[in-house]
Amino acid sequence: MVSGIPPFERFYECHKGEVLAFLRRRAGRDRADDLFQETFLRALRAYGRLEHGEHLRAWVLTIASNAAVDAGRRERPTADLPVEPAGEDERPALEELAPLTDGLPPKERAAVVLRYGYDLDYETIGAALGSNEQAARQAASAGVRRLRKEKEQR
Amino acid sequence: MTGVPTILDERFRAAAAASGELDVAYDVLGDTPVGPLLVGVSERGLCRVGFDPEPEAELERLARHFGPRVLRAPDALDRVRRELDEYFDGRRNAFDLELDLRATPEFHRRVLAELKRVEYGHTTTYGALAAQVGAPRAARAVGTVMNRNPLPIVLPCHRVVGANGSLTGYGGGLDRKEWLLRLEGALL
Repeated sequence: MVSGIPPFERFYECHKGEVLAFLRRRAGRDRADDLFQETFLRALRAYGRLEHGEHLRAWVLTIASNAAVDAGRRERPTADLPVEPAGEDERPALEELAPLTDGLPPKERAAVVLRYGYDLDYETIGAALGSNEQAARQAASAGVRRLRKEKEQR
Repeated sequence: MTGVPTILDERFRAAAAASGELDVAYDVLGDTPVGPLLVGVSERGLCRVGFDPEPEAELERLARHFGPRVLRAPDALDRVRRELDEYFDGRRNAFDLELDLRATPEFHRRVLAELKRVEYGHTTTYGALAAQVGAPRAARAVGTVMNRNPLPIVLPCHRVVGANGSLTGYGGGLDRKEWLLRLEGALL
């Protein structure tokens, strides 16, 4: 076993509940089922290339977030981004944040969602993005600046 | 914590089994006559049959030997399950399964290859197996190979007994060895 990477079964059992909850809040109950499978299939494909077993929670939430963005793009190719109906166990911050950030570059978007929507620290986010704490901090603040600018232009 | 509906869980496991991305797909067969069995297959073939599965330790071991993408995926075990069922019912006396012994040391593989030729309902001895691999004084080493057999039942280490005919030992416990030999009609 490579430096503490758990068997995929353990990883899946440990995070599946949280990933499903995240996707239900992010994309609504109906689409969450398909995205759940897509998320863990993507994780499975990448799992053999992991170099360590740290920050797996942030890593899989990032994959889930990207899967939701990709599905959103497929369904709505225009920039028309309605706010999703609220799920029953929603967290307001994330629910409001997620649709707003769809227009951001992927790295900034992931940093903003994981920081402000999911309350992860920058070190964890950096690891999830394959960079470091400082880069994650910069990506999040760049994302926030961009969102402010977009808001002013509206 | 959100519970994941069973149907969603099963659907993912089936998709993972079909994806070709797993290092090992395993399942625990809960109700065989010799108790629960953990069985695992890689893309090359059957790579694990374990008695008394302690999933935690077994999964770590499988991940170490074959890669970390180890998942319970019952769909991938259909054929293994069927052949074992037939064997336990007395309707099958040889297994027709590809085997993956890449995690097994060379000497062990040589001994296991000889073991594979011992037929249903027959027994051999540790000394005889040792002689067949060209190491006539290695009966004790052959005993170790049997004890660490990664595929008991399918590679029939239960058919190996002491020179005086005593059952000697079995990785899964003597009760199981006796049960298997009785099933095969090798013990009266």
